[in-house]
Amino acid sequence: MPSYSYISLIPLLPLAGFVILGLFGRKYFKNASGIIGTGLLLISTVLALYTGYQYFFIDGKADDVYRSIMPLKYTWLQFNGHGAGQDTGVSIDMSVILDPISVMMIIVVTFVSLMVHVFSLGYMKGEERFPTYYAFLSLFTFSMLGLVLSGNLLQIFIFWELVGVSSYLLIGYYFDRPSAVAASKKAFVVTRLADLAFLIGILILAFYSGTLDFITLTDRLTSPTAELFSITTQSFLGVTMLSWALSLIFIGGAGKSAMFPLHIWLPDAMEGPTPVSALIHAATMVVAGVYLVARLFPVYDFAISAGLDLVTYIGAFSALLAAVIACTQTDIKRVLAYSTMSQIGFMMFALGVSGYGRMEEQLGYTASMFHLFTHAFFKSLLFLGAGAVIHMVHSNEMKDMGGLRKLMPITHICFLIACLAIAGIPPYSGFFSKEEILLAAFNNNKFVYAIGLVTSALTAFYMFRLYFSIFWAREPHVHGHHGEGTMSMKIPLIILAVCSALAGFVPFGKFVTANGVPLEPHFNIIFAIAPVALAVLGIWAATVLYKTENNRPAAIASSLGGLYRAAYKKFYIDEIYLFITKKVIFNLVGRPAAWIDRHIVDGFMNMLAAVTARTAEAIKGLQSGKVQSYAFYFFIGVAGLAVFFVLWYSNLVVL
Amino acid sequence: MNDIPLGHILALSTALFFIGMYGLFTRRNMITILMSVELILNSVNINFVAFNKYLYPDKLGGVFFSVFIITIAAAEAAVAIAIIINLYRSHQSIDVEDAGEMKF
Repeated sequence: MPSYSYISLIPLLPLAGFVILGLFGRKYFKNASGIIGTGLLLISTVLALYTGYQYFFIDGKADDVYRSIMPLKYTWLQFNGHGAGQDTGVSIDMSVILDPISVMMIIVVTFVSLMVHVFSLGYMKGEERFPTYYAFLSLFTFSMLGLVLSGNLLQIFIFWELVGVSSYLLIGYYFDRPSAVAASKKAFVVTRLADLAFLIGILILAFYSGTLDFITLTDRLTSPTAELFSITTQSFLGVTMLSWALSLIFIGGAGKSAMFPLHIWLPDAMEGPTPVSALIHAATMVVAGVYLVARLFPVYDFAISAGLDLVTYIGAFSALLAAVIACTQTDIKRVLAYSTMSQIGFMMFALGVSGYGRMEEQLGYTASMFHLFTHAFFKSLLFLGAGAVIHMVHSNEMKDMGGLRKLMPITHICFLIACLAIAGIPPYSGFFSKEEILLAAFNNNKFVYAIGLVTSALTAFYMFRLYFSIFWAREPHVHGHHGEGTMSMKIPLIILAVCSALAGFVPFGKFVTANGVPLEPHFNIIFAIAPVALAVLGIWAATVLYKTENNRPAAIASSLGGLYRAAYKKFYIDEIYLFITKKVIFNLVGRPAAWIDRHIVDGFMNMLAAVTARTAEAIKGLQSGKVQSYAFYFFIGVAGLAVFFVLWYSNLVVL
Repeated sequence: MNDIPLGHILALSTALFFIGMYGLFTRRNMITILMSVELILNSVNINFVAFNKYLYPDKLGGVFFSVFIITIAAAEAAVAIAIIINLYRSHQSIDVEDAGEMKF
């Protein structure tokens, strides 16, 4: 077996970039920092591609099954506790796991990150804090690579938090804008809330299984012995502990992946620079939740319980909700943000439905990972395209755009390819992955299939609404424009466009499956008719409404009335949160707690202090500094002792 | 010679001792305080001499002690008066209440 020792370099090179640029960037590499960051990442990307080649084509397979390899393992903290009857206690390791999904993910992450790095060379040029930007990007890339390569739950949690921090830093990159600061805070707080659930889930799982390691955990669960029996039988509030653990872990994933009702941070996160949105809030970090569920999929599958139902329905509902909201938004980045949420919903419910049908060879799992793979390309392309557009018109609003196809031909073509891909038009990549998802849903859960179908029609509609609003609709009214952008901005768009167009032809089922056994691609032309027809219908509707400027959209909006307004206001979910936090939590919990703190806890301390002060005030006169009074006390003492001894001696006092 | 009982002499020395103590505690003038201390010392002297005379007439230990105490009292008075003069030079007063700089 060839060595994978170089694999630790893949995350460590961006870390080195972060350290160098973070410490010295502003002083010494004012202009070279972009090149340094990009160069280091390029090496990582090459290594990641080589890892992929080595794993998938040379030695990943054993007996036709892709196995999980753990090339690096370093025991960091060893606890000698009782681990539900285990011989050794839980240990926290630092390890690297290689299996189909982690290898696929490192390729996607390094590749998209590289594209974003290159794009940012042009997009962020002239920024005051250019080196800081690249330092943060490198930190993010490091954390994300560490996350996907983590071999145990606690390590994944550590990187999970690191990813959250770098996301926070990048959303708040324009820290002089109050909205960006608020958005970064919101993202941080919401995901942190979810991470609390994640951590509790990890602890429950670790307590019952006695391990944090993925491979060991899977082994112990899938070959159930007496030692693990308790997790499935013990229950709390009528739900087994395993379901509790998995549901809590899923809440953590849902927070990161912006699933309803924890999605509120994602649209606001668009305050960050656009390439950051492409990298973090479209292609990589937000799919971490999907990745987490996929990583623990054997455990979820073993449970066949509330865990996967939750994943399915939350995913499907989020997909539909986000698609509806996306149809009404006018900020192009917000449209893309909701579309991201919707697509992640697809991935989630694909994983969810995958658990029911064991006979279907867990098609949903493959489909979900496939969609993750293709989505990373076309969604980052959409964001980078949007970035180029924003760079051009200096606005996020659709009304400031229009007619840009003449001014930005390359961006226009790339954006069109991405829209076709996400809408699921053959032969672009999104078609293949979405088809598999819908097939998996169709085989297992008709209701979810119906939601998926409606959502994909809506997807086509809002994506083309976006496309037409940006590139058609009006005559361009951009004054003094400076061309389409530098080469460093165009090249990533072209590369990603090629990937978006062709990624669907990767025989994904051969590489990534739930149990490692290659899956024959079963592509069914009959089945494809309905989704494609609906997508075409959606595109047609968008063409009618938005290709030329007219008042039909406004008429439809007003005829829908309240529904449209509710969707435009994102169904008032933000307001509900505000109501709950401000009115309910602050008034009913916060204020009494503050009162108790101020009056009872502080009051007790104040009382102690006051008593001490008053006593001191009362007796400080004794220490007067007057030798005469000291002599007097001394005399009283001596006299008292004398009297006492005399009495004692004469037996008048008996001790 | 022996018609004065020991009790009387002890009563005298006790009275002197307490008068001295009272003066030591209540006076604010340093000279008076010094005088009170002398009273206490002398009451002790009387005790020594009286006990020597009445209990061990053939020994001289008590008398010797008295002589020592008188010597030490003289030396003490010299030191004390030197302190008092210095205090007067710095504070223009020999009232102990006026020398309060080192108080809390």
